[in-house]
Amino acid sequence: MGDKVFHVEAPLAGTFYRRASPEEDPYVEIGGKVKKGDVLCIVETMKIFNEVRTEKDGVIREILIEDEDPVMIHQPMFKIEAM
Amino acid sequence: MFSKVLIANRGEIALRVIRACKEMDVKTVAIYSDADKDSLHAKYADEAVNIGKPVARKSYLNIEKIIEVAKETRAEAIHPGYGFLAENSSFVQACEANNIKFIGPSSESQRLAGDKIESRRIAVKVGVPISPGSDGAVLAEEAIPIAGEIGYPVIIKASGGGGGKGMRIANNKEELENFLRLSRGEASAAFGNPDLYIEKYLVEPRHIEFQILADEFGHYIHLGERECSIQRRYQKLIEESPSPIMDEQLRKRMGDAAIRVMRSVGYFNAGTVEFLVDKDRKFYFNEINARLQVEHPVTEMVTGVDLLRQQLIIAAGGRLKLSQDEIQQDGWSIECRINADDPDNGFMPNPGVIKQIIFPGGPGVRMDTHLYSNYEIPPFYDSLVGKLVVWAEDRNMAIKRMRRALSEFYIEGPKSTIPFHQKVMQDEDFIKGNINTHFIKNKFGEG
Repeated sequence: MGDKVFHVEAPLAGTFYRRASPEEDPYVEIGGKVKKGDVLCIVETMKIFNEVRTEKDGVIREILIEDEDPVMIHQPMFKIEAM
Repeated sequence: MFSKVLIANRGEIALRVIRACKEMDVKTVAIYSDADKDSLHAKYADEAVNIGKPVARKSYLNIEKIIEVAKETRAEAIHPGYGFLAENSSFVQACEANNIKFIGPSSESQRLAGDKIESRRIAVKVGVPISPGSDGAVLAEEAIPIAGEIGYPVIIKASGGGGGKGMRIANNKEELENFLRLSRGEASAAFGNPDLYIEKYLVEPRHIEFQILADEFGHYIHLGERECSIQRRYQKLIEESPSPIMDEQLRKRMGDAAIRVMRSVGYFNAGTVEFLVDKDRKFYFNEINARLQVEHPVTEMVTGVDLLRQQLIIAAGGRLKLSQDEIQQDGWSIECRINADDPDNGFMPNPGVIKQIIFPGGPGVRMDTHLYSNYEIPPFYDSLVGKLVVWAEDRNMAIKRMRRALSEFYIEGPKSTIPFHQKVMQDEDFIKGNINTHFIKNKFGEG
């Protein structure tokens, strides 16, 4: 993995959501491939919902936050291996 | 009277309820999430129970858990505040099923009030004007001829509605077709109800609402109006009472109309009827707010009626002792909402630690807030963190007093709406009372 691994961080403090609504499937799963611009999660700050996207293609190696748990600003949320 | 009340809320409104209870010798139970351990409502209540994770779904919206805590602590009643579960009829039903008094209207009144199409029909039935539009839910092929008849622009609204979700303004047939499609998806996702209706879009209306109190024996009064035209994206920022355009005759007509609407949904406890008012001072029913509202203090300041105390008396089965003749709006009150939003940056949310805070004071100043020095505003909930309310003998003095109070207000840390309010209090049109719901968009370019 090494250099090819990068983190996606929370742009703001708030609540981490893996899915668009409780009834829907998560945006991404571990082992899943993502393309630049794909939505990975939502971070909600004071009722404002921000979609967080990946800036590079890759494979999701780790999801570092539990669904609906708090995140701090700049806290790593995903470990992705670049492709 | 109840001996113990649970408050199913947080922030400044939880404090407001606790304060009313304390003054009536009623014990209080606060509930708090993991993020609110250091919150004042948890400190001020007689008992405080942690109910779970910060995300509202697992704490302040967790009906099962809240009912469980109410039973464990032997609370006889629950005050829902505003937001969260305040207008959730399943929550009211859960309270009713567990023999806990919900401090608010019945679940049936809430259901009728929450259905915007149904409440428009009710208004028509009792002779209260509504803005021209569709009679019930419409599909595109039905909406187009109706819009042609009432004239563009028209506004699309969701029957399950609220908070501006699904609302769109169409200026022509093409936009109407396109926007109906977009709004339908949004309404389904937000409210689980895809029904849409259309109304004539009033150009630059005022938003004026009437505060109602009713006991459970059918006695209704109104406590006059609140002018709430200063809004951004359907979120109110400044409210006042009375309204600059009101006179006794119009107040009587609108107040009577509001009572007729509330009576026909069997409403009791505190609630509000919203109207839109056009340039010719013609009024149109907009919707019922089946809860105590954020801006209730301006009504308290001019009428001298403690709305929270009345809510508790009514919920405990007491009679409303006030008669309509006794209600007078004396002087003028203005409220500025203090939000942890940055007005110089598109009102971006600004949670974080308050290093120091100094509150305004002096004559005629009321501060409803849960903030204190070293408190951390969590990022998980609404950005409303306080309400600065002033009272003075007339509108001109109230504006001057608000300017003075804002100039004393010091927050070191997160950005707030204080600088925005300072600008509005200096605005010539605001000072003259020339306001409408497009004021912020027209003056500050923010929709």
